[in-house]
Amino acid sequence: MDRDPHVCVMGEDVGHYGGSYKVTKGLADKFGDLRVLDTPICENAFTGMGIGAAMTGLRPVIEGMNMGFLLLAFNQISNNCGMLHYTSGGQFTIPVVIRGPGGVGRQLGAEHSQRLESYFQSIPGIQMVACSTPYNAKGLMKAAIRSENPVILFEHVLLYNLKEKIPDEEYICNLEEAEMVRPGEHITILTYSRMRHHVMQAAKTLVNKGYDPEVIDIRSLKPFDLYTIGNSVKKTHRVLIVEECMRTGGIGASLTAAINENFHDYLDAPVMCLSSQDVPTPYAGTLEEWTVVQPAQIVTAVEQLCQ
Amino acid sequence: MAQHLKSSSKSILLNILRHNIGFSSPSHASRHLRHNLPHGPPSTRLSPNPITRYCSTMVDTLSSIGSHEDTNSQVMDFPGGKVSFTPEIQFISESNDERVPCYRVLDDNGQKLTNSRFVPVSEEVAVKMYSDMVTLQMMDSIFYEAQRQGRLSFYATAFGEEAINIASAAALSPQDVIFPQYREPGVLLWRGFTLQEFANQCFGNKSDYGKGRQMPVHYGSNKLNYFTVSATIATQLPNAVGAAYSLKMDGKDACAVTFFGDGGSSEGDFHAALNFAAVMEAPVLFICRNNGWAISTPTSDQFRSDGVVVKGRAYGIRSIRVDGNDALAMYSAVHEAREMAIREHRPILIEALTYRVGHHSTSDDSTRYRSADEIEWWNKARNPLSRFRTWVESNGWWSDEAESDLRSRIKKEMLEAIRVAEKTKKPNLNHMFSDVYDVPPLNLREQEVLVRKSVKSHPQDYPSDVPL
Repeated sequence: MDRDPHVCVMGEDVGHYGGSYKVTKGLADKFGDLRVLDTPICENAFTGMGIGAAMTGLRPVIEGMNMGFLLLAFNQISNNCGMLHYTSGGQFTIPVVIRGPGGVGRQLGAEHSQRLESYFQSIPGIQMVACSTPYNAKGLMKAAIRSENPVILFEHVLLYNLKEKIPDEEYICNLEEAEMVRPGEHITILTYSRMRHHVMQAAKTLVNKGYDPEVIDIRSLKPFDLYTIGNSVKKTHRVLIVEECMRTGGIGASLTAAINENFHDYLDAPVMCLSSQDVPTPYAGTLEEWTVVQPAQIVTAVEQLCQ
Repeated sequence: MAQHLKSSSKSILLNILRHNIGFSSPSHASRHLRHNLPHGPPSTRLSPNPITRYCSTMVDTLSSIGSHEDTNSQVMDFPGGKVSFTPEIQFISESNDERVPCYRVLDDNGQKLTNSRFVPVSEEVAVKMYSDMVTLQMMDSIFYEAQRQGRLSFYATAFGEEAINIASAAALSPQDVIFPQYREPGVLLWRGFTLQEFANQCFGNKSDYGKGRQMPVHYGSNKLNYFTVSATIATQLPNAVGAAYSLKMDGKDACAVTFFGDGGSSEGDFHAALNFAAVMEAPVLFICRNNGWAISTPTSDQFRSDGVVVKGRAYGIRSIRVDGNDALAMYSAVHEAREMAIREHRPILIEALTYRVGHHSTSDDSTRYRSADEIEWWNKARNPLSRFRTWVESNGWWSDEAESDLRSRIKKEMLEAIRVAEKTKKPNLNHMFSDVYDVPPLNLREQEVLVRKSVKSHPQDYPSDVPL
């Protein structure tokens, strides 16, 4: 926002309150409450507003207080955000960033534990990225703001407290690139967002057991970085996808199809995908834990695949 | 009352400050208070915040003690402002005793009403307005016929709404950004879109600015500040509010203008956009073409309020009802509304009453749900063109000869435009994949390769007028 006066923020409680997860804390004090705009409660309206503002030259960062609420903005995101650059013949660009916390949290209830990347992934014209560490959060956010395409940036409710030493100076992360977290030889584990941390936890156990997993944080949910992924598959010949989306129609489902289509010849075993069950997330903490993939399950899956 | 001020650091913000101060009245100064904020130490909040939005406008200044001074009137400070109490159990009526009156300048026969007040138009503007109304009507007729003959796939006319189209455009400046629904091509016409350009879009050929991707009548021109029509109803209303917000941030002498129909006012986006515009104090004009019909749904099945104009007050928006078939009234109303919107940073709602003489589109036959007599009456007796023509002629600015000259010229131009558009090749196949993103990503490049492979192996199934 310092670098470019066209960047602005809009959403519910993003201004003086600093955002429900304090992502925009201090911005309203610094940039004023017109550039960090508190809106009334209507997701479709402020998303539509952001799109209209983007068509006239601003670069809005639209916050969904919880990604699940953006279901109400689906009309604007699909019909206008994704389409208008195309249907206008390239006359109007929509450089918006739509971001917010999503995923399964700790006892937030079913309505606040949704994985919107499943629903948005088909919309043509948008890009989707998911951040998972403070380092890639800063890099991806900057890249998303500077991109001319509409980008949806998925943050995770449980990752805001991560602490990491990151460079003070400017850097951006490529929006279409996956991140090699841990190179290895035996198996390719593809993951993103919070599940990356579960995978890395499982990796410790796996290393002790003598396995050498290659962990890739795919980061770019649309389009997939099939270059990085492909090179890994060609090396290890085994793929395990670990995601938080539900079994049906999630990112894992699309990724499985893409890998099978493109790298079938390189696979020694069928692609395995660990996902959440097709249930609304229960409130009870113990049940909630079992709807998402746990490190123990990842270890078992790797052992199974590597037999 | 302490004034809450925050520090600013950019010169661009100070420009907005100067701009705002120029337009604000002295009473605004006391309204910089934000009610529900915690109060901070005064020393940290001394420099002016140029972009503080004003808080609830009218509520603070309304008298809280109404006619209940004689009773033991207590006043309570609920969030949102003071209200006085009443011991009467009174429900606000669902409607006023009388409907909101409708502003008009010319009578049914095109004679100026004796006590009408209006913004004067010069001969040049009046003649252009009338000519463009005729052009719009003829363009619609000829395109409609072309569709019926199978030369066009689809069309939607604006018959009966020519005055709304042209007069509103005439009252705006070229910098005002337009967010249309789909029945406002007249605004583009006024701004200089040529008949050939209209035809190109309708035929989806390679000269179409939309590169053949949209249905006919889904025009768009960034050069003329007319945003590409998106078929979804009322989604353009929040877009317009966003554009107005952007214009306000940049301190431009321009507003956003958006059109929608009576049907569009039922959509959630209408209510949200009006509410947002009021809260943001955004310079946007909401122009509702209340033409009585949403495809086959009459307004009696669309809402139970007194039309759309009364809804403005619910959101704190100044509103007016206008005779949409009176070009002078439309011109004046839009002119005044634009001034207010930009000077005072407020949204304005204009309900233009009119009648949809044509069918909803070429996919509709409206005689199935309304009488042909009704349509004919509005087409002849309440025609916006004839009313305005009478007034223009009464000033000596038009004649029968000018009319026939214009009509024959337009007809020739239209037929030529269609002939050329029909013959022009369609956009190249690569345009199926371009502009989805700024640069086609790998998956789209792959998909294009697959399509081209398919075309190569089945050339007889591929359309002959789409170049590879």
